Parts: sequence; C-alpha cells; structure tokens
Amino acid sequence: MQFWVIQTLNSLALGGLLFMLSSGFALIFGLMRIANLTHGSLFMIGAYVAASVLRGGYSLVFAAFVAMAVVGLLGAIIERFILRSLSNNSQGQVLATLGLSFIAADACLMIWGGDPIPINAPEMLRAPMEMFGFMFPTYRLVVLLISMICAVLLYLLMERTRLGAMIRAGVDDMQMARAVGIPASRLFTIVFSLGALMAGLGGTVGGPMLNAYPGLDADMLPLALIVVILGGVGSLVGTFVASFIIGFIYTFGIALVPDLAYVILFLPMVFVIAFRPSGLFGTMRA
Amino acid sequence: MTLDRRSFIQGSAAAGLGLAVPNLLAQSNEPIRVGLLTVKTGPLASGGIDMELGLKQWLAENGNMLGGRKVELTVADTGGVPANTKTKISELNERNKVHVIMGPLAAFEALAVDDYIRDNKIPTLSVAAAEDMTQRKANPWFVRPTSTSSQCAHPMAEYCANIKKYKRMVVVADDIAYGHEMVAGFQRVFEENGGKIVQRLFPPLTVPDYGSYLAQLKTNADAVFLGFAGSNGFRFIRQMNEYGLKGKIAIVGGMTALDEAVLKNMGDEALGIETACWYSAELNNPINNKFAPAFRKAQGYDPGFYAAATFTNAAVLDAALKSINGNASNREALMAALKKTNVPTARGPVTFDTYGNVVGDVYIRKVERKEGRLVNVVTKTYTNVSQFWKYDPKAFLANPVYSKDWPPARNLE
Repeated sequence: MQFWVIQTLNSLALGGLLFMLSSGFALIFGLMRIANLTHGSLFMIGAYVAASVLRGGYSLVFAAFVAMAVVGLLGAIIERFILRSLSNNSQGQVLATLGLSFIAADACLMIWGGDPIPINAPEMLRAPMEMFGFMFPTYRLVVLLISMICAVLLYLLMERTRLGAMIRAGVDDMQMARAVGIPASRLFTIVFSLGALMAGLGGTVGGPMLNAYPGLDADMLPLALIVVILGGVGSLVGTFVASFIIGFIYTFGIALVPDLAYVILFLPMVFVIAFRPSGLFGTMRA
Repeated sequence: MTLDRRSFIQGSAAAGLGLAVPNLLAQSNEPIRVGLLTVKTGPLASGGIDMELGLKQWLAENGNMLGGRKVELTVADTGGVPANTKTKISELNERNKVHVIMGPLAAFEALAVDDYIRDNKIPTLSVAAAEDMTQRKANPWFVRPTSTSSQCAHPMAEYCANIKKYKRMVVVADDIAYGHEMVAGFQRVFEENGGKIVQRLFPPLTVPDYGSYLAQLKTNADAVFLGFAGSNGFRFIRQMNEYGLKGKIAIVGGMTALDEAVLKNMGDEALGIETACWYSAELNNPINNKFAPAFRKAQGYDPGFYAAATFTNAAVLDAALKSINGNASNREALMAALKKTNVPTARGPVTFDTYGNVVGDVYIRKVERKEGRLVNVVTKTYTNVSQFWKYDPKAFLANPVYSKDWPPARNLE
C-alpha cells in the first residue's frame, strides 16, 4: 500500500516537472516546426543560474525569476540571431539547435565546472512530510502544485488572450495567419522566448530534485521529446496529459520491471508514431 | 582488432615513418614522451581535469623529469567517448610517438583501446577499473596502480559484516559494468561472511531522478551500499534526505561514491558516511602530507580519486624508468620494470601482481567536518589488498567475471 501511494505521488511530481519541461518544447515545435534540441540545455542553464543565485544568498523564488529572465532572454537571442537567418530551412534550424546544445554544454562546464552543484529547497520544504502514515518529500508536492499553476496560466494565455489566439492560428495554418495580418516574425521570437522561459523555470523548480550537473541537458531532452510525440505536436492539453502518462510509466516501470525501464518508456512512443502519428491529442503529424 | 580505413592509412603511414627514421628514439638526451588520455569535456570532465592537474603537479614538483629525463607531455581529450579514445590513442602513438600512455579514465574507454594497446605494444598506466583488463583477459601492456572495480569493495564487505555487524544489506549501483562488478564483489564477500544482500537496485547511469528507487528501498535492512560513480552518489544521497531516509538506514559506499570532488559541494547530509578507497586526501604519509596540501593550495579543493591516480601513476612510472636508466624505448624492459615496481606513493606503497594490477592498501574512510570542510577521515587500513582479495588467483579466475548474474543473488526478498 505504502509503495503504491508513494509511487503515485512520485509519478505526479515527475509528471509536473515534465510538463514544465515539455510545454515550452511543444509550443515551439507546434508553432515553428522546429524540434528545439537546445531545450535540454536551456533547462540545465536554468538550473545552473538558479544555483548561482542561491549561492549569492537569495531565495529560490528569486532564483526562479532570475533564471526565467536569463533563459527567456537567451531564447529570444537564439531565435532572433541564429534561427531567423535559417528560416525556411527547418533541417538547418534543427542542426543549429543541436550544435548550440553542444556549445551550451561546454560553456556550462567552463563556467560552473564539472562537479554537481546542489540546489537546496527552501528550509521549510526540505523535511519530509508525514501524510496518512507515509513519509513523502514535501518539495515534490510543491513541484506538482507549481506545475498545476503553470498549466492553468498557460491554458488561459492560449485560450483567453489575443496572443494565445495568434499562436493558435499560427499552429493551425501559418500561411493563413500571415495573410490575415498576424506578425509571424515577432510571434516566433515571443514564443521561442516563452518556451525557453518555461524551460528555465523547470530547471529551477526541478533543481532541488535533480541538482545542477553536466549531462542534465542530455538526460532531460529525450523525456521532452517523448512527451511531445505522445501528446501531439502543438497541443497544450496533449502535453499536459502525456507528461503525467510518462511520469507514471517511468516511475512504475522502474519500480516494477527495472531491467526494462527504458523499453517501457520508449515503447508507447513507438506505438504512437506507428499508429497515431499525430499523437494522442495532436492535429498534425509530428 | 577490426581495421577501418582510417587506422589502416594511419598505421601504414606510421610504419613508413618508422622505417625512414630508425633509432632516433634511442638517443638518451631525448625527452620522455608521455601521452595523457583524459576527459576534459562532457559529463566525465570533472575527474578528467583532475587527472591532468594531478600529473602536472607531480611533474612540477619533480622538475618536469621522469626517470631522470625531461618529460614532453601531450594531453588528449577523449570527451569520454570510446570512438574518440581510439582516435586519440592512435594520434598519440603515431603522431606524437609517445613512449607511455596514462589513462584512459573510463572502463568502456579502456576496453575500446585494449586491442590497440596490445597490437602497438604501448606501455599503459591506467585509471579505468574494468576487472578483466588485469584478470581473465590480462593485457600485457597494461598496469593499473589504482584499483579494479571490486578491489576496494571486498574489504568494505568484510568491514560491514565483521566490524559493523550488518546482517542484511541493500546494494545500489549504476547500471554499467563498473557498478555490476563492484557490487558483485561486495555481495560475494559480504555473504561469505554471513551477511545477506536482500535487495539490489541498478538505476540507469543517466537517470535524472532517483525518487522511484528510493520509494522501494527496503528500510528494514541494516545498511545500504552505494556503488555509484561520478556525481550519482551525491545526487542519490541528497534525494535520500529528501525522503526522510537519512538516519533510518546506514549508508556505506564504494571507492567513487563520495569522492573529495563531490564532497566539496555537499552539506551535513554526508556526515558519518563510510566508504572504502585506495586513497584519501586525509591519508597520513610523508608523500601525501606534501601532495594534498599543495594541491589544495593550488586548486582550492582537496585532491580525490582522479588527481591521486595520475599522481600515483607518475611516481610508479618514475621508479620503473629509473630502474632501467630511463631507456623508455625498450618497451619490454619498461613493462617488466613497471610490474616489478615497489615504491612508496601518495596512496601508500605500490607493488603489482603478475597480471599488472596493484597490490596496495585500501582505507575505510568516514566523512567528518574538519576546518569547515568535509573530509574523508581514514578510520581503518586493510594492508596489501590484491584484486583477488583473499582468494587463490587461479580459483578466482576460474569463476566468471563479476556481473549481475555472478555470483547469483540468492537472498533477495
């Protein structure tokens, strides 16, 4: 019983973290048709920036805002100065993001060194919480809560604002959107920056669970890819549902059949690509 | 060895050069050319950079001389990718014409260049722990002054069973050969001394979150043994804290679970954890009493596994070269001299068995806070530990190599 309860809560916390990681990736992929392979790096940079801010003696909340600002700005720069000049060449853009991810990894190594840097949760969230006789890490519940808030905010942004309407229009049919006067180029920068910002937030919020270490980027990127392919490109709801599905598959897969953990993780992705290429909730092919 | 086009061309070019300039190497005032195969980029870079710093410190302290000759050091960065390791070793051999190679860092890198080292007869002082490189498939050109995967786990297991009196233990290690070999050795000795391994967990090397492993950890065991490498032990222990497991179950670890390199970034959660290793920055011997403070002064942190490894390698190489008057071109003589080394080093005295693996001291270390920083205080010494522990080498080698399947885990619950 203890096992099932704790693993369920673990799955939910991991799902929440995956949502923060993947929502930005899905946004960018959906609108710009770029599989942004720097997304793992942006997540890692978020974690490192937060670690540095924490070392300066500031709070994790403040660190989160700094990380979001830095990574969001970085995203805007990448879009504006690198991807922009490769527009209409999506393969070139994907390759550029891959190259950038290597550069980012070594730049982080130069700046922050090769040793892992701990990111501490706020003091009051550090001790485990006792609920119904089970010990559960308090911070993971907070991660779940933050991810829910993010999901609601993103949903409102997409469904209730003018910017959201423009993004949705762009996702559905870019040419038509341009034709009715939506400023596509500015939209691209905003969305890329927003996606990066979410990754930076994810890196900070995930920091106390994962810590900042070289290789964090490569550990997280495949998870973002799986979530987005499973959920469907350009669908926020799909990303949300898929994040939690993957959270559950991953957690229970590792616990119940440890030798096949990665098989179980990637198998749903293979089936989705084979039988439902547009993903569970998507409207177009990945 | 499979021969691809590139190595064929490089090989034949090198052979041609070798014919064209005979005997140049024999001149005695020529420097000794040492190639360091290390990792300076990517996730393994932390240890790899320390390897370079350790070696350079030894050279700086000894007037850039090895065996009485000037040293010409070439550092090659493999990135921790076996394919690059192969390219870099052929570059070091064919272009830089090195006499000796130190490294590589990781077991899978060492295995990737195993054939190349044999075919080209390059004396190699390694850091990588892969058991069979000095056991069932011993490479005659390979000596290892550090440790096999399980060499430090054997004494740790006896320590846990006989001194800590643990009866039931859990083992957790990275799901790679290094982790399998280490916990297999631990399990064998622990169970032969009356203990029981009741659970084994092998998280993938790159798993970002240990949450679901921690949730199934058997907290009714006496202790957990961590066979992690790199930063994974650090992350696992921090997450144990998060789950309130600290204090419920004792933690012990293998030689890379709580290296000085990760200790410097840890907090009180590391206090009291005992690990077994062939080195500690706190080791009290004349050489280390000089080395560790000097390294700390220069780099701002304590030397750990990797810095000590190359510092030790250099001392071994120096002694071997001196015994053959610095004639590094005679590779057979150099290898024979290396295997006959008996020299005090920063880790303590180093000798080799006939398979080229070190017989040396292994230390039980406990994390304590000293002068504000966390250190591995040596609490017990096992002297002259061989890779075969107390077993007869022949009987040991008749068994399969340590793995997930051998020895079989019979007491899992």
